[in-house]
Amino acid sequence: MESLKDRLISSFIVFENELKEETRSELHSIRRKAMNLFENAGFPTVRAEDWRYTNLKPILKGDYTVFADREHPLEFGEIKRFFLHEIDTYKIVFVDGRYSSWLSSTTHHNYDICTFSAGLRRHREVIDAHFSKAAFGDRPLVALNTAFSREGAFVKIPAGKVVEKPVEIMHFSTGASGDALNQPRSLVVLEEGAEAVLIERHLNLGSSRMLTNSVTEIFAGRGSKLDYLKIQNDTETSALLDHTAIKQLRDSRVEVGTFSFGGSFVRNELEFRLEEPGANCEMLGLTLLQGEQFVDHHTGVDHLAPNCNSDEIYKGVYDERSRAVFNGKIMVRPGAQKTNAFQQNHNVLIGEHSSVDTKPQLEIFADDVKCSHGCTVGQLDEEALFYLRSRGIPAHESKALLLYAFGEDVISKVDLPELRQRLSRLMARKLRVDFELSL
Amino acid sequence: MLKIHELKASVEGQPILNGIELELKPGEVHAIMGPNGSGKSTLANIIAGRDEYTIESGSIEFEGADLTELSPEERAHLGIFLSFQYPVEIPGVSVTNFIKTAINQHRKARGQEPMEAKDMLRLMREKMELLEMDKGFLSRSLNEGFSGGEKKRNEIFQMALLEPKLAILDETDSGLDIDALRIVAQGVNALRSPDRAILVITHYQRLLDYIRPDFVHVLHKGRIVKSGDKSLALELEKRGYDWLKESAV
Repeated sequence: MESLKDRLISSFIVFENELKEETRSELHSIRRKAMNLFENAGFPTVRAEDWRYTNLKPILKGDYTVFADREHPLEFGEIKRFFLHEIDTYKIVFVDGRYSSWLSSTTHHNYDICTFSAGLRRHREVIDAHFSKAAFGDRPLVALNTAFSREGAFVKIPAGKVVEKPVEIMHFSTGASGDALNQPRSLVVLEEGAEAVLIERHLNLGSSRMLTNSVTEIFAGRGSKLDYLKIQNDTETSALLDHTAIKQLRDSRVEVGTFSFGGSFVRNELEFRLEEPGANCEMLGLTLLQGEQFVDHHTGVDHLAPNCNSDEIYKGVYDERSRAVFNGKIMVRPGAQKTNAFQQNHNVLIGEHSSVDTKPQLEIFADDVKCSHGCTVGQLDEEALFYLRSRGIPAHESKALLLYAFGEDVISKVDLPELRQRLSRLMARKLRVDFELSL
Repeated sequence: MLKIHELKASVEGQPILNGIELELKPGEVHAIMGPNGSGKSTLANIIAGRDEYTIESGSIEFEGADLTELSPEERAHLGIFLSFQYPVEIPGVSVTNFIKTAINQHRKARGQEPMEAKDMLRLMREKMELLEMDKGFLSRSLNEGFSGGEKKRNEIFQMALLEPKLAILDETDSGLDIDALRIVAQGVNALRSPDRAILVITHYQRLLDYIRPDFVHVLHKGRIVKSGDKSLALELEKRGYDWLKESAV
């Protein structure tokens, strides 16, 4: 069997043929450079410091189709449950890597909430100005995504506009083309004072193996505000490699929440660059794993300007044989005085064979800063467990209640009430209890 | 209702209970008094099913069933309730959610459907009034940041809602001022009935002015060294425990 890397190299030639005239564009010269980088570097191995605890090899073995050629039509009724259907939302929906206008609800009125390809047609200048400017191409997986970038979400909010309802970015796969590789590429540009809430999910509806290599670039203009919430609860045959790169200007505020409840293999890379004073970023993470699931959270905040804040809290619960990695890097550059940077990573191991590797990394080159980090790995509190059981709540339900309580302060930071309720219910389902955990 | 016979128990190899004999009949209120370290709290926790203690020999029966084989939740479902000396703080679980879950798990064990939300709320309001509790209390995290008095009141609140057959109050009076003590006692007395038994564990007799026991037992070095009526508590108050310690040797 030809290796995935070889298949990707030959697929790139096919891809270029399809692009025709487009290959003469500036954007395509970036794709070519990225392809060269990937060709030389290949997939990361455990020899790379950033991949020490995370072995990609097993998930690269699949016989993945690079361009899904068949798509399976979906009815909204079949997938309604994955949406926040109780409220009105914008929807950018992809099925097997292709945009489904039938399932989507997009707009160009006041602001653009559409696809990357529509963005290319309507706002070429915006894409040329931002594409590949936040996510740097020296990472092989980002380079690979960049090389094949063609479709994904495009969100552009002009100065002062507030998107009045949440935007759901949904990637469904049906397995119609068998095992498949999907590489969505998204761009979010918030101009001065713009505000938006994005929710993103990847869902494998079939039993084929899915490998998603996703890259999202976000540009938060001065005074803009963004909530970006990723809900990861995919199947046992799905792997997700996600890279999200965010550039923030003066007084902008960006919150990224990563809720990882499923998938066989997930790597979340989250990179913030706080480029001007007063930028604020918040990172929330809640992970609940079972079986043989694996999640790796790699976060990085680069404080480049004074008076910026970063606040990070990641919590995880690991059952059975699940495994997790947390690597949180905070860089405070010289001159980034009055920086506040806080990081917390708390873990509960409930599975006898579960494990977590946690690594805070602080590099501070300014002298007037407040930085702190804390990490814990523990078990459930026996005293609390006995208290609940003595009130007639059986052991299993008592454990679920305590685990919910552990994660609750992360969920409570989500502003959207419908999403908080959804997350609580997801937790109840994962913890296999039939009562509401929140109230 | 509760029959304890020749009960010997230890923790990490250290004997704590050295042959307890105790019987509670429906309608009775028993008080167990004793100096610190006499085994009072151990006895309470063993009845409720805490598993860090090892039962070496003897038996605990509740309405004819061998309790030692049952989990804490099964004991709760039979109607045993322990009011904790140190109620545990659980941030992230609201009082309402906790009570609702506890009540519905009791109902489930009896084969009943979950209680309607409005019935639940009415019941909670009624008991809150009895215990002179603030409305905001229901939405707070379980025991988190509660004062000593609020924690104990919350214990009695749960007891009032779960309506146990046997209520064990472990040092419920510790940390309470006189007003809180009165309110807590009022809550306990409201539960007194011919088919319930109450076991009050206390170091001081002042709680017994409010919850009048039918029997008083003195525990020392893991044994009941003296039993009597309410007057024994008053005598202990006056004379302390030393005269009993000497007679026990």
